[in-house]
Amino acid sequence: MSPDSLVVTSPTGVDVELAIAGPGSRAYAFVIDWHIRLLAALAWFGIAAFVESGVVYLRANTPAAITAIIVLPALAIYFLYHPLVEIAMRGRTPGKRMAGVRIVNRQGGTPSTLALLIRNGFRLIDSLPAFYGLGLCVTLFSAQRLRVGDLAAGTLLVHDGDAEARALTQLGSLGVNPHLDAGIVALGNELLLRWPELEPARRRELARDLLRRIATGSSREPVNLEALDDRGLQLRLRSALSDRPA
Amino acid sequence: MIAGGKAPSWLAQRSAVWRRLGESLPTWRRGRLSRPDALQALEGYRGLARDVASARKALPGSPITTALETLYAALHAIVNRQPRHTLASLRHLYAVEIPATVQELKPHLLGVWLLFALSTAAGWWLIHTWPTLVGLVASPAMVQHVEHGELWTDGILNVTPSAVLSMRIFTNNIAVTIFACVAGIFYGLGTFYVIANNGLMLGGAFAFTREYGLDGELLKFIFAHGTVELSMICLGGAAGVALGESLIRPKMPSRRDSLQHCTAKIARLFAALIPLLVVCGLIEGFVSPDTAIGWPVRLVIGVANLALMFAVLSGRFFRSAAAA
Repeated sequence: MSPDSLVVTSPTGVDVELAIAGPGSRAYAFVIDWHIRLLAALAWFGIAAFVESGVVYLRANTPAAITAIIVLPALAIYFLYHPLVEIAMRGRTPGKRMAGVRIVNRQGGTPSTLALLIRNGFRLIDSLPAFYGLGLCVTLFSAQRLRVGDLAAGTLLVHDGDAEARALTQLGSLGVNPHLDAGIVALGNELLLRWPELEPARRRELARDLLRRIATGSSREPVNLEALDDRGLQLRLRSALSDRPA
Repeated sequence: MIAGGKAPSWLAQRSAVWRRLGESLPTWRRGRLSRPDALQALEGYRGLARDVASARKALPGSPITTALETLYAALHAIVNRQPRHTLASLRHLYAVEIPATVQELKPHLLGVWLLFALSTAAGWWLIHTWPTLVGLVASPAMVQHVEHGELWTDGILNVTPSAVLSMRIFTNNIAVTIFACVAGIFYGLGTFYVIANNGLMLGGAFAFTREYGLDGELLKFIFAHGTVELSMICLGGAAGVALGESLIRPKMPSRRDSLQHCTAKIARLFAALIPLLVVCGLIEGFVSPDTAIGWPVRLVIGVANLALMFAVLSGRFFRSAAAA
């Protein structure tokens, strides 16, 4: 078990392994969220001040009304952003989503509302003495990269990112030809998944090589692989891996 | 490393099931699962566990295995999600869990009250003996008000309306109470500091106002809201002491487990503390600064507030409501 992963034992006997996010991902998510809540609070402040200044008539144009209408809601947006958004989005926030992380409990599941509230209550401690200094230090030196709030609430921040979406896309497009060697199937699928990231010349070369190996021992009619272009090779490989005609 | 041999035929057969599971995932994650959905998720989870195990053996490190593991982890989170019974949970929280926690915290509460009383006495003695030290417990504006023969709260309603004042007060009190609790993470020392500091300030304020014959007015101002407000801060402090104790004398195999167990228990208290502090804030905004309200009304409100606090913390109020 890697110290940077959370391995959860499942009743099925097959463990679930989740990669723990480090201080960098945490800080990245926090900075994005900080900007969002600051902008949201400022937007409220601006709009309410615009309304209060007389463009739209308000009866109570006093310092107290300004506090009640402009300042307090803006402060509420700023300070309640994390607890409310984390509860609503089940351990995610827009910043965490963009940084590719999410909060889980120690069983790898969605944390309870209570755990999320505890985690946020301890921000008062993590933010000491300023700019989350204590939280950052604890994150750097704790075994599973936890801040004080996570230690108290029994939560962790794990990598999530687009891994799930990618996995679902992959499962939808995987080719599994039972007549082929397992290694060829794995390599072929990997090549197809990484197709857009590879240099065109390199991917064509790899595809031709794989298709030649597939053709050996196949009853299909031989095809002139050199005549196929990039798209043709991709389709040919997909067809060979899924045992369907191109 | 890729294992040798043919690609298992089950991979091809199962890919349709994975696609279906993947399509259902966003819906299942969003809301409450219906019974057929829950059964389907459970069945899919079991089947996927077999697939992951087989894929790890046949195609270790391949994208197929990684994709299956990711789907499996997502389903694991859904299948192991805690059920939500909001109303029943709330009733249980107020009728059973909070009273039990308060009972458990009684020794800590006694200790915190003692610390608060001692620090109040110390604050009183300090300012009574050296009045020039009043700057430690009161702001220059407060001192100026008292020197002019009035409390700093007199006329406050002319400046700030009660609703805004209440909101400011209860927000501040909630923050102080939460801080008194979470500061206990420093082996209880942070909590001691918060409680002692509050006690010193209260004692100092009374000693200073006494010099100008305003201590009776200050008591009149505080009585209606203060008894419950200070009790809540002390209860938050008691929770903080329990937090510190869970680290000093862990009751579980590890300090981390002990801290987590203790936090989950004491955090429930705030479901009672926060509403009670809101009530105190409303009293402090609407009743306490109003000079037209005399002692008898304040006495009634103060005692009623105390009765409400005892009813909530003992769970009697909610047990009788549930019985009805």
